[in-house]
Amino acid sequence: MEILVCVKRVPDSAENEIEMNSEGNDIERDDLVYSVNEWDNYAVEEAIQIVDKVGGTVTVVTVGDEDCDEILRREMAMGAEKGLLLNDDAFAGSDCKGIATILKGAVQKGNYDLVLTGAQADEGAGAVGGMLAAMLDLPYASLVNKIELGEGKLTIGREIEGGNREMNEITLPCVLSIQTGINEPRYVGIRGIRKVSGVEIPELSAADMGIDAASVGEAGAGVKKVDYFVPEKGEGAEMLEGSTDEIIAKLIEILKANGGL
Amino acid sequence: MGQVFAYLVHRDGVLDDAAMELINAAKAISGDAATAIVTGSGIDAVATAAAAIFPNVIKVDNAALAYPNAEVVRKALANVIPAGSIVLFAHNTFSMDCAPGLSIKLGASFVSDIVGIDGVEGSALKVIRQEFGGEVSTHVNVDIAGGAVVAVRPGTFTADESKSAGGTVTDKSADAGDLSANRKFIEIVEPEAGDVDITKADVLISIGRGIEDEENIELAMNLKEAMGNAAEVSCSRPIVDAKWLEPARQVGTSGCTVKPKVYMACGISGSFQHLGGIKGGLIIAINKNPNAPIFQAASVGIVANIIEFLPALTEKIEEM
Amino acid sequence: MEHLISPAHYKFLGFFPGAILSFLYVVVGVGIFAYIMANRLAPLVKAAPDNSRFSDIPARILNIITIWLGQLRQPRYMVAGVLHIIIFFGFLTLGIRTCSLVVIGMFPDFALPGFGQDQFIGMIYNVVKDYMATAVFVACAIGAVRRGIIKPKRYAVPEKYGHDHTAEAVFVLAIIMGLMVTESLFEAAIVAAGHDTFLAPLTLAWIFSKVLASAPHGLLQFLHILSYYAHNTLFFFFLNFLPMGKHFHVITSFFNVLFMRVRRGNIKPVVYGISAEGLDELESFGVKKLEDFTWKHMLDFYSCADCGRCSDQCPANLVGRPLSPRFITIKARDLIFKNYPIRDKFLNSKEPLIGSIYTADEIWSCTTCGACEQECPIGIEYIDKIVDLRRGLVDEGEVPQTLQKPLQAIGKRGNPWGKVEKKRADWAKDKEFAAECSVKLMENGDTGETLYFVDSITSYDDRMINIAKSSAKILDACGEDFFIIGKDEKDSGNEVLRFGEEMLYQDLKNHNMEIIKESGAKRIVTSDPHAYNALKNDYCVDIPVEHISQTIVKNIKSGKIKLKPVMDASKVYTYHDPCYLGRHNEVYDDPRDAIKAIPGIQTVEMVKNRDRSLCCSGGGLMLFYEPHEEERMAVVRVKMAAEAGASVIVCACPFCMVNMEDAIKVAGLDGQLEAIELTELITQHLE
Repeated sequence: MEILVCVKRVPDSAENEIEMNSEGNDIERDDLVYSVNEWDNYAVEEAIQIVDKVGGTVTVVTVGDEDCDEILRREMAMGAEKGLLLNDDAFAGSDCKGIATILKGAVQKGNYDLVLTGAQADEGAGAVGGMLAAMLDLPYASLVNKIELGEGKLTIGREIEGGNREMNEITLPCVLSIQTGINEPRYVGIRGIRKVSGVEIPELSAADMGIDAASVGEAGAGVKKVDYFVPEKGEGAEMLEGSTDEIIAKLIEILKANGGL
Repeated sequence: MGQVFAYLVHRDGVLDDAAMELINAAKAISGDAATAIVTGSGIDAVATAAAAIFPNVIKVDNAALAYPNAEVVRKALANVIPAGSIVLFAHNTFSMDCAPGLSIKLGASFVSDIVGIDGVEGSALKVIRQEFGGEVSTHVNVDIAGGAVVAVRPGTFTADESKSAGGTVTDKSADAGDLSANRKFIEIVEPEAGDVDITKADVLISIGRGIEDEENIELAMNLKEAMGNAAEVSCSRPIVDAKWLEPARQVGTSGCTVKPKVYMACGISGSFQHLGGIKGGLIIAINKNPNAPIFQAASVGIVANIIEFLPALTEKIEEM
Repeated sequence: MEHLISPAHYKFLGFFPGAILSFLYVVVGVGIFAYIMANRLAPLVKAAPDNSRFSDIPARILNIITIWLGQLRQPRYMVAGVLHIIIFFGFLTLGIRTCSLVVIGMFPDFALPGFGQDQFIGMIYNVVKDYMATAVFVACAIGAVRRGIIKPKRYAVPEKYGHDHTAEAVFVLAIIMGLMVTESLFEAAIVAAGHDTFLAPLTLAWIFSKVLASAPHGLLQFLHILSYYAHNTLFFFFLNFLPMGKHFHVITSFFNVLFMRVRRGNIKPVVYGISAEGLDELESFGVKKLEDFTWKHMLDFYSCADCGRCSDQCPANLVGRPLSPRFITIKARDLIFKNYPIRDKFLNSKEPLIGSIYTADEIWSCTTCGACEQECPIGIEYIDKIVDLRRGLVDEGEVPQTLQKPLQAIGKRGNPWGKVEKKRADWAKDKEFAAECSVKLMENGDTGETLYFVDSITSYDDRMINIAKSSAKILDACGEDFFIIGKDEKDSGNEVLRFGEEMLYQDLKNHNMEIIKESGAKRIVTSDPHAYNALKNDYCVDIPVEHISQTIVKNIKSGKIKLKPVMDASKVYTYHDPCYLGRHNEVYDDPRDAIKAIPGIQTVEMVKNRDRSLCCSGGGLMLFYEPHEEERMAVVRVKMAAEAGASVIVCACPFCMVNMEDAIKVAGLDGQLEAIELTELITQHLE
């Protein structure tokens, strides 16, 4: 099976409080480090496991500049055979639709049976997979947390409300967005990345893919982020203060008053 | 600006509560109520219920829509909704499945998981989104010249519970068009029922990442023991992902929906997916990070490390 | 009375010369033995190289004298140890006798030079060996009763680890007793027949000679020949049986001790003879299949006597984790025997060890505390093997999910929590603290004589920064010209190396070495034993590295710092040895001396202390690993402290602190027991 996995380089913010810059219109980016979007790791792992079972190749693709080389190589070190970088000045500032348009160009340059994305990335939009599928007129399922292989089709599980799993049958080729927890992604060490450091990663520009530069990037973006701000805090909680004993005394009163004790 | 529609989700013949919020979301955009759309098979009751909230309801009734298969629903909506419209969804696992593709089919802009609407300026719909787990927000301008599909985070708008719209239902089932699909719904698999039922507890001691270590789970269990029969231990998703507690204890959109008397969020940051599972009761938040979003959702807040606080509380309750 | 005919002159069936039969015994016995040994050597030849085992000859000779010949580690288990020492020296003594006997079967008057019956050494030897034979017989009898009837728990084989080994143990003890009896009987028959030889009183031979005193000549002749060939048969059988199981150690232990580890605290390179630069060229990392082990590690597998001391001391085994070091060895030995059979062709098996004989959980369960290696009477190594197996797992990407994030964070940010580099020295900038004690920061261009290497947990953890502050105050009080690196310090990588992520470790090491060099520091002090070990034994920095406890004691002795009388004289303090300060670096006394320097302090030792200290469950990345276990190690440890009558447990390691403070709560000992870090205790009592 030929599988394309779309990945994204995102700021790694897990343990650090995000701070605003001095102008107050963007977050402080100096201390950010970047890594591959967590959901994408699960997608790549799933693709590798499928190829391990039935053969084929896994290609990882991203839209970005040379900085993205690192994350493509990381995913290649996991076991993706090929990398593909979609790089063009015209791509800068793309919204989700722009990204989907660019990816569509890459999908059409290849011959893929399955296209995977992460269920969402740093901005939490969860849009690119569904858009890409619609553009390609391929069937789509989001939040996939289980894949079983069949003849010309897949049986997939989607994570839905209430801890339930919605089982579907979907014909190939198709686009799936992968939810965390579908597998246990393998570890990639520095050695693994070095091993693939010599592999050439082809680049495709807008012209290579026949994409109208005006339909992507800043120019084509219908959704534009204006600025960042720290939301004004609403009323919020009544904060209990004092020594631990005092806080606990107050808390116990509140629990009693509300039927908690 | 085009017409505003709101797609309503229903399950087992009951409308999703978010419907009552979407009407206010629509008003924030156009100042006017939206036209609701319900799809399904044999959905007269649902359409009538929608008409109590919305002045105009479109129903698309077709056997192919019996289960909300996103691909089929998308096809129906693309045929029923005129180009240039603004379509509202509640941001949930269905909208994530259907809405992005619909925006492409309608040639519209798409924005998801918005937490605020600042109105319309020219052809720009001004919305607010959150990033980095809610620590910072962004102002986003959405071009609505060609229409827009907008997914609104549940809880963003207050619900209109008056149910006095007395709306009319229009049947557009005939406009649905070809509803064949390459994706077929098979079944819903429910999680294995555990011994616990957190939905029945009066008090939930709910733990999140702040518990740090599997061994510390027993700090919550000890408190539960001290508080008695009405209390149970629940948790947020990371705890289930780490397999520290069984899935039956998870609160949130991908877990259980709960309505206890008291919900004690211990070391839970308060993502909207988690808050989406709490439908009532007094929320008491205990977190060592004073900026944790949970303090916005809670009524009572305590800044403390739960690993120290829980045993101290347990001890005091045991002394009573 | 007529003398007995010796075996060499005896004619079987009236014509077949005994000398020829004896000769055939030698040919067949030695021939089979040579064949078996050649087979046993085959895997060692195919194993990975290890050129480190031929250096440090004086240290190796010392090990032979103390650990092998001196049986130094045996009495750590008193009963078994004493029995073993008796049998060991019995073997050494009677080995000479047995060799002579084999030759006597062909040449009846043979005696080793100096060992003739009328020579001085020979006379003494004959007395000694009779007593030794008797002592060995008794020791084996007691041993058989212990193994077969009393059954100490240590020897039990849990079902998951295969079949019980009692039968083999008792069988071998029986053979040894048989050897002693036949040798004695051979001797006794001659004496009973009237040969004028002195038999030491109360020995087996003496008893037999008394019993046979009135036996007819024919019976004595029969017993003489029978006991000789029975002894010969048992001897050659035993010789060839040794390489079939745990009694191979009789042959291999000498070599195992000769080649055992002579350095402490370090980890073997990925491949001996390949420098750090050459690592990128390697096809595969670590141990994945049997032959990836080094020849010394294969020799370890052969040498294990199955005494169970390693597992008896192993904290992972104690708390029910799926790891028992003894079976790391036994399972590998069984695999060698299976893949390299004596009679069939070798199976050229490439089967991965993880998933066949080992599980990944087993390999991740080790805290690298070193208790097993400290205990093994013949120097079998475990940590290097565990690390090599982990290297293999890391190379295959099979790293537990909970370890992946901290490893990645160390790679990106130099600390396992992924905290921002620029906040690494925030503890020193804390206003209240800075007013009391100013710390020079290399990131501000300030350096000095002494580098205080803080390491990650002490830099970032809300609780553990107090150790950094206390350490700084102590260094200040000592009048040290010290500084810290700040944002450019990265994790020491002690556990990164031990968790098998070699390349990340190399990066951390290279980075820190460079910074240390750039700083021009003349010496390094650290409060974290893990950092201490990494800098001293893994980095091998070329300036002195000191643990803060050593600094404290030096300065107390020189009078630079003085301590006040103990603040609460009613409290009883006990010191918990951190593995990376104690066992791996043998710093046992300095922390104790530092504590005892507080006037009026009451101290007590726990049951397990010094080189038998119980690991708290480990530091560094081990904090992130979620083992399957029944109880936490630290909980066992704090209960031990409470049992010893302590009210305060003093740690000298930030990770021990994390684990102990947690464990006190889990064990429900709050109010009764508290934990304090050494530097905190000393700072409290600074005058």
